Amino acid sequence: MDRFDLLIVGVGGQGVILASDIIGRAAVVEGLPVRSAETHGMAQRGGAVENHVRIGCKYGSLIPAGGADCLMSMEPLESLRFARYLGPKGIAVINTEKIVPVTVNTGKVQYPEIETILETMKGLCSEVKAENYTGLAKKAGAVQALNVVMIGAVAKYLPIRPETLKDVIARSVPPKTVAVNLKAFDLGVDA
Amino acid sequence: MLGNDAIARGLLESDIDVATGYPGTPSSEILVSLASHTLSGRKKDKFHIEWSVNEKVALEVAIGASWAGARSVCTMKHVGLNVAADPFMTLSHTGVNGGLILISADDPSCHSSQNEQDSRVYAKFAKIPCLDPQSPQEARDMIIYAYEFSEKFKTPVLFRPTTRISHAKADVAIGEIAPREKHPEFAKDMERFVVLPKHTRVLLKKLNAKQEAMVKALGEAPWNRLELKSGARLGVIASGVASAYAEEALEGLGRPVSYLKIGAYPVDPALIKELARNVEQVLVIEELTPFIEEQARMYAPNVLGKMTGDVPQEGEFDTLLVANIIRKAAGEPILKNREVRLDFELPARPPVMCSGCPHRAAFYALKSVFKDEAIFASDIGCYTLGTQLGAVDTCLCMGASITIASGLSLSGIGNKVACTIGDSTFIHTGIPGLINAVYNRANITVVILDNRTTAMTGHQQNPAMGANILDEPASELSLEAMVKACGVESLQVIDPLDLETSKAAFKKAYDTDGVKVIIARQPCVITAKKMGIRRRPLEVIEDACEGCKRCIKFGCPAMEVRNGKAFIGDSCAGCAVCTKICQFGAIKARGA
Repeated sequence: MDRFDLLIVGVGGQGVILASDIIGRAAVVEGLPVRSAETHGMAQRGGAVENHVRIGCKYGSLIPAGGADCLMSMEPLESLRFARYLGPKGIAVINTEKIVPVTVNTGKVQYPEIETILETMKGLCSEVKAENYTGLAKKAGAVQALNVVMIGAVAKYLPIRPETLKDVIARSVPPKTVAVNLKAFDLGVDA
Repeated sequence: MLGNDAIARGLLESDIDVATGYPGTPSSEILVSLASHTLSGRKKDKFHIEWSVNEKVALEVAIGASWAGARSVCTMKHVGLNVAADPFMTLSHTGVNGGLILISADDPSCHSSQNEQDSRVYAKFAKIPCLDPQSPQEARDMIIYAYEFSEKFKTPVLFRPTTRISHAKADVAIGEIAPREKHPEFAKDMERFVVLPKHTRVLLKKLNAKQEAMVKALGEAPWNRLELKSGARLGVIASGVASAYAEEALEGLGRPVSYLKIGAYPVDPALIKELARNVEQVLVIEELTPFIEEQARMYAPNVLGKMTGDVPQEGEFDTLLVANIIRKAAGEPILKNREVRLDFELPARPPVMCSGCPHRAAFYALKSVFKDEAIFASDIGCYTLGTQLGAVDTCLCMGASITIASGLSLSGIGNKVACTIGDSTFIHTGIPGLINAVYNRANITVVILDNRTTAMTGHQQNPAMGANILDEPASELSLEAMVKACGVESLQVIDPLDLETSKAAFKKAYDTDGVKVIIARQPCVITAKKMGIRRRPLEVIEDACEGCKRCIKFGCPAMEVRNGKAFIGDSCAGCAVCTKICQFGAIKARGA
């Protein structure tokens, strides 16, 4: 059985839950067992959020540290925060568009340079793929489609067919936004 | 399927009649899921569902329904069970008629809670059986079993998921919704339903007498499972979600270990004795308290666990942690925990109030009048994040803002005391505190942050909104009338986004003695967006900005410093409070 541990991280409000939901449902459609863990409640209010998606897993929903095959980071800083989950042979797919935390604005600490973040990540895993996926979401027609752009960007690593992902995307997003989201997925795949 | 949806599915398949609860992470989605089914389902599938005013109320409504023969469920988070503890403790004596499940969702590691208490302890305390699911699938299956058990033994059942069950998603096999014969009827029985001392003495004997049969029945259920391996020196006992981690670890261990999986309490001692007889050492892995471990120590001579320091006393567990606990006990090399060391500080990203949140504006006005010398008591809700504006000094439990403030003001300290409490929390347990404050002459300013919803748990309805859980029109509780009925003479209602008027109201309260109430009313920015309220986002006139950072200190996540000047990002909700904070007139509506 294909086993694949994916960690999706970002900032509360970016659509992390929907992203893991789409990938989880697609795995079920393909007949794979899946376990995922979500962040709800207070941490959702603009805080750092992590969703674990374990495809082909019949046990607990939390990925062990160093065990993730792929880290999908919807915000650059968050890739570093959760890098410990990524395996040395894993792949990091990172959105380069920053969301500056309040702790930086109030001058307590500095936001590291994007280059520094990416270089650090390169030292921790086998491959880093970094793009301004937010820009691609805007190009697709809605900044809210960032999560779907990034599903497209990680699609080729997942043990799930892209057509299944697209079917599930079309059934999971608001009806009015299906076209935008399918375009977003394709832009993510091609990026 | 989300764990909470799987629980809801089990409830639907059990054809329940009455569902009650109070929102609380991680339990909230169970009733939300049931409500959406009620709205979309066939008429004959409909049942009564409600957000109750608090957990005690919710449980008592469910008990009344059960006594009339209805299958009932009551949902809450673990600390909600403290509020419901009074009916819960005596309910075990009277028992139930229609099956009754109380769902109390625990939150190891306090992801969204003020503590991490263990609901299993309550079950033991009340002599009520408890089910502790390992996965969303088992959660669904256990619910169906729990109703049969509850009706057979006339006992309530405590169902205890944890965050990693409630908020886990998994593929779940489901069954049909099987309609039952229903004949609701309340058969009067004073010796059972009126707990006069002479009745409860008898009821307690009956309660104790049925324990053995319940333990035996639970021992025969599939939730507790003993697997003895030949040649095993170590026996592992694991419960709930920790048993899922344990099973993954045992699969990859490469040496025989006997295993007792626990999902139902009280645990039949025979299972523990049988395991202990076959191994040299027993390792107990469970989150929260050493609940099984204490029992295991009665029957096994050599037990590793929390009490020996082999298993953490606090926090939730995970796959790697459990694997290494087992590997250490089994004498296998431990797996390396990946640590990432950085040569710079990683900026923290704590949760914050949203951009455009009316609470932030209310805190800002409150703080600017009361200053640092005042003491600010607060309560449970999104607004606990008012710590970031230095306007929250205490938070203990639901409804404890007005009461703690009262105690502070009556203690003899000279400081001004103000407190903040949300609309839903005020209704939950705040009202008795307000009556008490007036009655016993506290000198406090009470700010009711009325954002017209129960925001933090996911925007559930409450009695002040004029809508019920199905979004049907409902009687609207007037907070003004309620406050006046409590005896408050100084009541003001403000729009917190109107900064100047708000400050004037706080100043008036500051200068007045006695109990002053200010209702700060403005819908939550998230519901406002859903209601179609659109406010034009703002921008900084760069040439006018002096870089003083007054607006940045407001703490709005839409604002950041770019090149020494303020910058407003796309997440701006247009509340425009920052335009009043800026002394240089450097912030204006976009495109204006």
